[in-house]
Amino acid sequence: MTTATNTIARRAFVAELLRHRGDALIATGLGSATWDCFAAGDSPEYLYSWGGMGLAVPTALGLALAQPGRRVLTITGDGEMLMGLGSLAVVGDQAPRNFAVLVLDNEKFGETGRQRGLTAGRADIAAVAKAVGFTETLTVTEQGATAALARFLFTEPGPVLAVAKVAVTEDPWALPEKDGATLAHRFRAALGLEKP
Amino acid sequence: MPPPGSHWSLEVFRAMQARNFTLVCTVPDGGLTNLLNLIEADDRIGLVTLSTEEEGIGIATGCWLGGGRAMIAMQSSGVGNCINALGLPLAYRAPCLMLVTMRGQWGEFNPWQVPMGQATRPALEAMGVRCFSVERPEEVGETFAAAADLAFNSRTSAAVLVSQRIVGAKGFGQQ
Repeated sequence: MTTATNTIARRAFVAELLRHRGDALIATGLGSATWDCFAAGDSPEYLYSWGGMGLAVPTALGLALAQPGRRVLTITGDGEMLMGLGSLAVVGDQAPRNFAVLVLDNEKFGETGRQRGLTAGRADIAAVAKAVGFTETLTVTEQGATAALARFLFTEPGPVLAVAKVAVTEDPWALPEKDGATLAHRFRAALGLEKP
Repeated sequence: MPPPGSHWSLEVFRAMQARNFTLVCTVPDGGLTNLLNLIEADDRIGLVTLSTEEEGIGIATGCWLGGGRAMIAMQSSGVGNCINALGLPLAYRAPCLMLVTMRGQWGEFNPWQVPMGQATRPALEAMGVRCFSVERPEEVGETFAAAADLAFNSRTSAAVLVSQRIVGAKGFGQQ
């Protein structure tokens, strides 16, 4: 839990991970997690968010419960995850086998000026997940761990949670569509719930 | 109009079944006990126990994005926990349906319940939620059905506020 372990370059890491996603649905937390996924290559099966801090896991949980036949991965940041920490207990209680969480942990509030976050101290999100009933957790500190991480996130019986210790980097802006109705429509159309 | 002697919870439950609800998210309240028992006993409607009510707004939104149909049941104090979260269904233009049992209102014993109880409706309306207050038990079922149809047919947020007059004031053995 020291910044010395935060060496992963997040953009390349997320792009490499998502090459392995298969038909998994991806729901992103606001901020850098959204920019990282969009920069990796847009898909209507990505559900982006631009707000609702703390609600990435609840939103993805609702999705996973409604789509038990599809893998659902939510990718979010450490601050966003900490704001909704209680929701991990809800996931542990529901125990959806198709559900996975990846926390991109830079130990900072990256979008607001890189102020120190709680995971820079003693907070350990993976330990919390394990304590509230996730089947497995994993903490990743190596750039080259993406193949093993993909196996973990996309195939292990859920709910599973991984923390990737990512570096603070200056990445080019990569902003997806921000109109929520448009995002919801294209996502539901990709699931066959609405006409394209 | 429900048959004589029928509990409003059963009317709400039947309205949910008729509309193919798949999920109820809740931080329980005493006034919701009958309804939550009916849902727990039903295999077709999942029950999600929350740690805080705002999670329910996210879960219900995600559920709809995935083709399901959810509602959030809570006590009025829980509405205060939902305020920022209520922006999520608005942003996605997703339906959001809440069933709220009121405190701090009709014969309240506990002064700590009064501030949020009094602010429940204005706080919901400030976040764009259409509110349907119900004062008579025989009107809860039809009001819930109407709010559900409004929310899901027009992809808007709606809340049914069940008066403390209906659910009864908690007396803590003092009344």
